[in-house]
Amino acid sequence: MDGIRSWFDYLSSRTDLVVETLLQTLAYVVTVTVAASIVSITVGVLTRHNALAKELSLSIASVFLTIPSLALFTIFIPIVGLGFAPSFIAMFLYALLPIMRNTVAGLDSVDSSVIESAKGMGLTPNQVLFKVQLPLAWPVILAGIRVSALLTVGISAIATLVAGGGLGDFIKSGLARLPLPNSLEAIWTGVILSLVLALAIDVVLRTVGRFSNPSGVRS
Amino acid sequence: MNPNPQGPQLEENKVTTPKISLRNVTKTYSGVDQPAVKDLDLDIASGEILVLVGPSGCGKSTTLRLINRMIEPSSGEIIFDGENVTNSDPNELRRRMGYVIQQVGLFPHRTIAENIAVVPKSLKWPKDRIRARVDELLELTGMDPNVYRDRYPKELSGGQAQRVGVARALGAEPDVLLMDEPFGAIDPITRFNLQNEFLRLQSELKKTIVFVTHDIDEAVKMGDRIAILRDQSEIAQLDTPEAILTNPADAFVVDFLGSGAVLKTLTLRRLRDIQLVHPPEITEQTGRADAAAQLRQSDFPYAVLLDDTRRPIAWVDQKNLDSSDSLDSNSRRIPVKLQPEDTLQEALSVMLQTSAGMSAVVDGSGQYLGTCTIQSLAELLTDQPVDGASL
Repeated sequence: MDGIRSWFDYLSSRTDLVVETLLQTLAYVVTVTVAASIVSITVGVLTRHNALAKELSLSIASVFLTIPSLALFTIFIPIVGLGFAPSFIAMFLYALLPIMRNTVAGLDSVDSSVIESAKGMGLTPNQVLFKVQLPLAWPVILAGIRVSALLTVGISAIATLVAGGGLGDFIKSGLARLPLPNSLEAIWTGVILSLVLALAIDVVLRTVGRFSNPSGVRS
Repeated sequence: MNPNPQGPQLEENKVTTPKISLRNVTKTYSGVDQPAVKDLDLDIASGEILVLVGPSGCGKSTTLRLINRMIEPSSGEIIFDGENVTNSDPNELRRRMGYVIQQVGLFPHRTIAENIAVVPKSLKWPKDRIRARVDELLELTGMDPNVYRDRYPKELSGGQAQRVGVARALGAEPDVLLMDEPFGAIDPITRFNLQNEFLRLQSELKKTIVFVTHDIDEAVKMGDRIAILRDQSEIAQLDTPEAILTNPADAFVVDFLGSGAVLKTLTLRRLRDIQLVHPPEITEQTGRADAAAQLRQSDFPYAVLLDDTRRPIAWVDQKNLDSSDSLDSNSRRIPVKLQPEDTLQEALSVMLQTSAGMSAVVDGSGQYLGTCTIQSLAELLTDQPVDGASL
């Protein structure tokens, strides 16, 4: 009980800092997810008729995910400096694969007879894409976006190591000061607020899915 | 003195101008030596159902898909309504031709009404007209618009889905329907009903229809003309179902028709086409001895027992007449009465069900007209044999 009370004391004496870092993490999640979605969906759509290009893009995106995060965050510092930029680039590269893979899978899962009948009714290739393929693939694509968003919340804690801010700041300062007073409270702050943020984002994206997934199709 | 001597001739030309023509069409897929379709010439007349039938891999589906250019021909020309459409805008062409495929391919994320409205919408019809057209088509295909308009495809059975598929193909009132094994994935009973309904629909709509199937029975039933195709979509025979069944062009056609060809002709003939025979007619009032004498003098094993209103009740033989039992209690009752519109195949199946080998034919009000016997069917078939000797 004492631990919880002292954690609340810690939080309430630093509301400004808490809100600021929370917003920094949220900014990472939003920008990274939006950018990765745009790039991944575009790549998935453009390579849909070309098996080789499709495999190649997925392989490249997979490679990013295998690079240790600490390395990926630091590797761009010589080029873009410290702070937001190297953190954004690293998280963006991580977020590509789930969305791209789901875009490819979603487009592949559209029944070929549906596409055949769409073409047979004189829909142009663009109409087939935007009126048939993407709406039907959307639930799967959105699931990929959700994975990427949650992934970004988790690894955004590393950004603090390249002066990128975010909730990782609490964890880093706590770890550095162990076992001094308030060090554990700082670590808990980073961890718990990340969890809360992840849950909130999950709820938001599930709600988006409920309203944007086409009726008549169960995902 | 005829003021317009060319009149009748013009009329005739109009009738014989094909709706769709394939001229010397070849399709070779890249990486394959043999063309899938080779030098095909095919005319499809306005308002007919032309069935393309053949073994799998003969190129019948490819041929169909060449017409709306879902597959582009390697060479040759496609003429539609007298216009060369080989190089026109394929999407514009497809909106003028309804297209029905075996798997239907309804858009799962759109309601039934939205599915049917796809082509009218791309042709920018006004909303009121689209809504009226959707309801009209649903009714035409036997679906209650109030029930189905706002449902989604996943809520439909296979047969219902294909009804919507046909309705959707008819959406923007195309003159032409291209149908690729439309009833192939549907259970036999539903298929039978859909075929009949479709024929009824076609008798009103008079669309030009190209219909692909691998099932010769379906071809015989649906086709005004049948093109039997062999490898590379080469036409083995192109004629009316009756002409093909009674006079197959060569061994390949005979083979493809199978041993049931004689029986299939029975599905094409109706009872009104044949001469009915008249076994002795008796009623309960006819004296037994009189009836027995009539039966002995005739060539028939049975007399037909009629009621007061001349409805046939049962077949009666010598034994029944000799016994003292009531005549209508015997076992050869006539449960099924055929009408002149019924096919000879139905007549045959009725005969086989009753032990008499005869079936009674009645008019619309149920009054007895005459009898069809196994012998009369056999005579009909042997008069027009499937001539295997001329191969």
